Amino acid sequence: MIEFKAVTKTYPGGGRPALADISLQIDLGEFVFLVGPSGAGKSTLIKLFFREQLPTSGEIFFDGKNIANLEKAALLQHRRQIGMVFQDFRLLKQKTVFENVAFALEVLGKSSKEIQAEVPLALAKVGLAGKGSSFPGELSGGEQQRVGVARALVKNPLILLADEPTGNLDRETSWQLMELFETINQGGTTVIIATHAWDAVDRMQKRVISLENGALTRDEERGSYRDEH
Amino acid sequence: MNINSLKYCLRESVVSLKRNFWLAVVTACIIAVSLAILGGFLLLTVNAGQFIRDVEANVEIGVFLEAEVDVQAVEQQLQQLSGVETITFVSKDDGLDDFSASLGDASLLAGLKGSENPLPDAFRVKTTDASLVSTLTETIRAIPGVEMADYGEELVGRLLKITNWLNKLFVGVSVLLALGAVFLIVTTIRLSVMARLEEIGIMKYLGASDWYIRFPFLLEGMAMGWVGTLASTAALGLAYSKLATSLQQDAFAFFIRPVTALEQLAPIYLGILILGTLMGGLGSLISVRKFLRV
Repeated sequence: MIEFKAVTKTYPGGGRPALADISLQIDLGEFVFLVGPSGAGKSTLIKLFFREQLPTSGEIFFDGKNIANLEKAALLQHRRQIGMVFQDFRLLKQKTVFENVAFALEVLGKSSKEIQAEVPLALAKVGLAGKGSSFPGELSGGEQQRVGVARALVKNPLILLADEPTGNLDRETSWQLMELFETINQGGTTVIIATHAWDAVDRMQKRVISLENGALTRDEERGSYRDEH
Repeated sequence: MNINSLKYCLRESVVSLKRNFWLAVVTACIIAVSLAILGGFLLLTVNAGQFIRDVEANVEIGVFLEAEVDVQAVEQQLQQLSGVETITFVSKDDGLDDFSASLGDASLLAGLKGSENPLPDAFRVKTTDASLVSTLTETIRAIPGVEMADYGEELVGRLLKITNWLNKLFVGVSVLLALGAVFLIVTTIRLSVMARLEEIGIMKYLGASDWYIRFPFLLEGMAMGWVGTLASTAALGLAYSKLATSLQQDAFAFFIRPVTALEQLAPIYLGILILGTLMGGLGSLISVRKFLRV
């Protein structure tokens, strides 16, 4: 379980806090949309949970442990349970699709035998079987993001964190990607997506956590992009 | 770090070295030059040390007696001292002959023979061990009837002064050169890091450990340091052995015996090699340090 307890994050010289007094819980296996205008604090929330940054005050627990207190090895372990997907894909252009996905396993010290076995499975899951030898530049935006998802997925993370994964994609492609995330969630992975893709949010009727100006304004079990009440 | 990670790190360092090939070559060359100078100084110091020891080993203590003293009594006392190897008596007449001979014109001092001879009787004392010379001289000076005892302290002292000065110069120059070489490695590795900045960022998100990210750069820096020093030790070794051989064959340089014993030279060459490699590693670590914070 992920638990934020009265978390506030202020950036140096940033004026008002990026996140103010946020308390929330997310159970393993959930599918959660983080919504809200740009600058609402969605990315900060994701960065705090990845422990890329530390909260100014408050505590974040995962699996009962305060992640601020994780030692080096435990912090690596924490991060390895999380698959990250980025708006700008962050693929290595000089590496093939296969190599980009394999990179996630290489970094963990997996053998080439394991890599040869795991990568095609991950590529198949995101619908890119047979594209392994292409370079990112040869793929469409939607396909590139699928490579990004495959790279996050290949290490079997407990949690998938996606920060505006469809921000650079058209509506149809975005919708397909959201369906992919739902499939991944059905496989047991917790999925947390910060997004502006209001139509997908409305259609999927998942849990919606809404942030505005750093404050939590709404948390609905089956919500829409905008507050309908 | 397991074997798969090691393979990855090796591959990445090779790729990186290829990418910055000429810069790596220049860096290695500068390391080579600076460590060759350092090595040259070290060899000079070792040889100076040997030269001083040679001089000391051949030193005799000149013991000059007071006039009208019982020569045999002094000789007995000298014989009782431990560490004395040989004692040669030089009478005042022999002394004058030697002196005349060294001047090359016997007639100059001819008038001083006999009772006019200003020189004292003397002994030449050779010690069993060069290190005993100075203490033994002190002891001999205290023997009654001994006017003065002397072993050319000034020469040895001057040599020591020169080598001390050389040592200081050598440390100073070496430190400067080493700093320059490390700085150059920092710069070279920084370029490698820049070329892979995006990759490093992604690696952090994928959960790579700091060492996993650092290691290829460490290898790269150490490789540059190692290749550079390997070249410099090879060049230095070759040049030095040539010089040593020619000095040994040169009739005019018979008094210089260059150090050729492997047990004295090997630590120098090996030390330079290790030092250069470590400098390469140090440069990389300095360079990579600040990029690791994600």
